[in-house]
Amino acid sequence: MSKLAPTPGQTVGPFYGYALPFNKDNELLAPGSPGSIRLQGTVYDGAGNAIPDAILEIWQPDSEGKIVQRTGSLVRDGYTFTGWGRGSVGNSGVYTFTTVNPGPTAPGAAAFISVAVFARGLMNRLFTRVYLPENEEALANDPLLSSLDPERRKTLIARRDADGGLTWDIRLQGGDETVFLDFQQDGSLETSVNADHSEGENQA
Amino acid sequence: MPQEQTAQALESEELVPPAEPHAAHESKKVETQADLSAEIKAMGDRYAEALKNGRAPETMPRLDYSPYRSSILRHPTKSLHHADPETIELYSPAFGHQDVHALESDLTIQHNGEPQGERIIVAGRVLDGDGRPVAGQLVEIWQANASGRYIHKRDQHPAPLDPNFTGVGRCITGADGSYSFTTIKPGAYPWKNHLNAWRPAHIHFSMFGSEFTQRIVTQMYFPGDQLFPLDPIYQSIVDQDARDRLVAQYDHELTSPEWALGYKWDIILTGSKRTWTENEAYGDAGDEE
Repeated sequence: MSKLAPTPGQTVGPFYGYALPFNKDNELLAPGSPGSIRLQGTVYDGAGNAIPDAILEIWQPDSEGKIVQRTGSLVRDGYTFTGWGRGSVGNSGVYTFTTVNPGPTAPGAAAFISVAVFARGLMNRLFTRVYLPENEEALANDPLLSSLDPERRKTLIARRDADGGLTWDIRLQGGDETVFLDFQQDGSLETSVNADHSEGENQA
Repeated sequence: MPQEQTAQALESEELVPPAEPHAAHESKKVETQADLSAEIKAMGDRYAEALKNGRAPETMPRLDYSPYRSSILRHPTKSLHHADPETIELYSPAFGHQDVHALESDLTIQHNGEPQGERIIVAGRVLDGDGRPVAGQLVEIWQANASGRYIHKRDQHPAPLDPNFTGVGRCITGADGSYSFTTIKPGAYPWKNHLNAWRPAHIHFSMFGSEFTQRIVTQMYFPGDQLFPLDPIYQSIVDQDARDRLVAQYDHELTSPEWALGYKWDIILTGSKRTWTENEAYGDAGDEE
């Protein structure tokens, strides 16, 4: 349990576009290089419309499942895999990353990429995960996935594309809303964001 | 890179929709500040009542905060799912001096001339929930110029751009978690949430912790701003103590004689979940690669 009260987050707003993006921000390795895949998808709002002003970050182990602690994400040399990338959606709400399939971090573990979502109109960043679809046994044994209803579980598993890439959409709201994660389990922090629901207030 | 970016370059961007469209509210009557203030007050009153009845104070903004109209279709309606952070989530990407040049922390020297406005120093420390310094991590900021104008195609506010100010900075925290930026005090700016909506002057901050679960993007405000009670984004944090944590303090010790006024602002990240080694706990990694 933390001793100090955390600084609150705020929306990323509409004007991050000249500040947060940088050259090759979404290229964890060079497109077309051996082992590279495309991770892509669309970010949707509660009306099913694509959001043109969202920005995502991914953070993942390398293809061997090793967690990399190397600098150089902001000024990429074209050779060093740092495991972290940032990608803005375009006007049609589509993001893309060039990366590798993450390896399992332990034998038999389900491989996933950690994702942070930011958008205008989104009050605080959201965390989620995108899992590789292949290893069904690992997925079945995954602590997070096995704690979810089957319908909701699907929102965290990417589709494998014919070209070897991954497609994974994000839905901020609605029936097939993506599962977003709360890591602060001491009861004092992020649980409060849903306080209004328990009080029957401000349902949109 | 931010330093090379100019208003000219941004002019060539594709046409994009207005920054804060009225969306679902176009057909309705024009919403005034009084309408919005009434909604803000009602939610604040309910929260105050709940606090009195023993509810734990809130520390974060509400994701579901309808006075900020753009949030209505963009907040999850299901509870965030409790999860234990695992593996990659217990680490943060590494940044160093390969990533950020020391001069990127001075937003007043990115062009040939001096920017217009009140020169300021904003400095403080990034700490985790246990008070440990977050050393060698990336801090990014962006902001409007002194007139309240962003150098962004989507900002259509008819206030002057400043050819000597881009409004983007970065730095890497020191071994003690410290950061410092030299910049210009941003102006308030109007937006289209409702009629006569104005944002309090603020600087956007983006920080990483020692674990990815501590990732935060937020906004720092200036003390005594008269727009605080009117602003749905600031008020989306319904707890006054929590809101206050986003307001910098004027610090005369930080003020540089005949040069710049000083504002101090510390950032506390959410708690750490990883079991720390002694070296990490004392920040020995410093800010070197």
